Amino acid sequence: MTTFIIRRLLISIPVLFGIVLLVFVITRILPGDACRVLLGERATNAACEAFNHARGLDRPIPEQFVDYLGNLSRGDLGTSFRTSRPVSSLLMERLPMTLELSIFALLFATIVGITLGVISASRRNSAVDIVTMASANFGVSIPVFVLGLLLAYVFAIMLKGTPFALPPSGRLTSGIELIPLATRWGLQADHGPIRAIVDFVSNMYVLNGLLSAQWVVFVDALRHMILPAIALGTIPLAIIARITRSSLLDVLGLDYVRTARAKGATERTVLRGHALPNAMLPMVTVIGLQIGGLLSGAVLTETIFNLPGVGQATFDAITSHDFAVIEGFVLVIAVGFLLVNVLVDISYAFFDPRLRPA
Amino acid sequence: MSVTNVQLDPLADPLAHRPSGTLWRDTLRNIVRQRNARVGLLILGTLLFCAIFADVIAADDPNKVLFDQGAKRLAGPCIHLLGCPAASSEHLFGIDANGRDEFARVVFGARISLQVGFLTVGFAIIIGSLLGLVAGYAGGWIESAIMRVMDVLLVFPALLLAIAIVSALGPGLINAQLAIGIVAIPVYARIMRASVLTVRESDYITASRALGESPAGLVFRRILPNSLTPIIVSGTLGIAGAVLDVAALSFLGLGAQPPTAEWGSMVGQDRGFVFTAPHLVFFPGVALALTVFGFNLLGDGLRDALDPRLNR
Repeated sequence: MTTFIIRRLLISIPVLFGIVLLVFVITRILPGDACRVLLGERATNAACEAFNHARGLDRPIPEQFVDYLGNLSRGDLGTSFRTSRPVSSLLMERLPMTLELSIFALLFATIVGITLGVISASRRNSAVDIVTMASANFGVSIPVFVLGLLLAYVFAIMLKGTPFALPPSGRLTSGIELIPLATRWGLQADHGPIRAIVDFVSNMYVLNGLLSAQWVVFVDALRHMILPAIALGTIPLAIIARITRSSLLDVLGLDYVRTARAKGATERTVLRGHALPNAMLPMVTVIGLQIGGLLSGAVLTETIFNLPGVGQATFDAITSHDFAVIEGFVLVIAVGFLLVNVLVDISYAFFDPRLRPA
Repeated sequence: MSVTNVQLDPLADPLAHRPSGTLWRDTLRNIVRQRNARVGLLILGTLLFCAIFADVIAADDPNKVLFDQGAKRLAGPCIHLLGCPAASSEHLFGIDANGRDEFARVVFGARISLQVGFLTVGFAIIIGSLLGLVAGYAGGWIESAIMRVMDVLLVFPALLLAIAIVSALGPGLINAQLAIGIVAIPVYARIMRASVLTVRESDYITASRALGESPAGLVFRRILPNSLTPIIVSGTLGIAGAVLDVAALSFLGLGAQPPTAEWGSMVGQDRGFVFTAPHLVFFPGVALALTVFGFNLLGDGLRDALDPRLNR
């Protein structure tokens, strides 16, 4: 198993290299001048030359690329043109929030999606099935930004004053103070990798609240996550519900399921013990594919709910031609993608013993 | 391109002979037979009607400011039948922040969204199919080169790649469509290549080649028509995605520019008013969702109709 995972990870390296190279070249050959975007339309040529020289943009692209790879190997992702801050610290700040949002969205989509799919499949062609599948069809059709805004209106305005009211923007209610984990655990003096990890976790507010037992923060951060997670998770939810239903129906028609029923297994045992494990493969594949889509959705969700995450930051970086930030973020996103693919492959082996490497 | 008037051997199984018309007539009948596809066709038909007769359906011009006619900024829907005082003028979907009739804007938006769907996917299909066709037919290093580039394009989150392309080309509806089209190319290239690979090995291709058909003739007269079905199915489903993505770009301010009545940009422009005038988000949003819903239903129906395993 270990060799399988290692081999899988090694195969990913050339793909990763290709992505890094492509992003690097694209950002540099695309029309649109970083200098004019950042310094303003009327920047003088001399000012632009100085700007480009300071950032090494006037050198040949291959030379820039070798430099970039060298820095990358030392863990240096470069510096933002716009804010002059290291890309790695921007990532530290932005990534945890998007990660947290994606996890909640995916949890919501998977739990509700699989449940609905199973109910639909086990009561095929019943009213429940028809209504669920019609809603799933409509669910994949609602634009994330429309759903987000409507949810915000319903939960922040229509339900205002009821216990169901939820905040429509931001990460914490103003006035609620979040103490970073590093402070809480007395790590301010440390600047090594442990501190970096602690800071990263610390920026996932819900987890932070949980780990440091700041219950007010925990509940408040969680409440702020509910609407964005629903908005982001609805399309994956609908897709997961559909694939769960269809792959479960495929399996339920097989002989071994009939045998299980003939042996007198309860419907519950047939579903959970016999059918569902074998229906998992297509479901896992689709869930894995959804993770890629989450990031596109995150751009919109973060814009609507005013959340400072990677999606919004990438959007800002792209529209302002902030090369270093684009490259750094895309690299991290690509690594995430590849890791998810590896995880999906490993989970195949987990769900289907026949696929386990000998 | 379709298999018409096939003379069947009279000694063959009589049940195998279906007195049907062409593949496309069969397909159409199969589509109409499905409830989902019928709903989809109904929705899209209504939209098409709105798009064509927008001037007749909407009393007001979508870009006309109606303040001088007593329209109140951000006023909600006013329908006389539902108890809106007769003194105020009737606006089914209310008034937007610039004093324009929201109903007219939503109705005229149908024109743009339908056009966006077809043009964007059409572009992606043509380029993608050509690339897939070349890759599948040529093989060797040409195939590797084309397909590896497609693989890398597929790794990027679609919307982010599209944002990058639009920000390079400059915002605008055409560029947004171009960006979404480019992002969709790899999907069609892959599908086309896969079906070309299957078709290429068929006996009738070998036969055509033996009969002296030129390579171009082989590709365009023999291989292409026989590889089209999967492309058409995923294309129909792809329209839904394209409409959503172009609307998302417009929402972010990178697509259709004001004052164009485009649903995505209408929601984007007015999203600040969602708490005071939710109708400005609700109506264009629902119109958008319905359009996408219609294409999704039709696409599902088409897939089922063209899937030979489901044919009786």
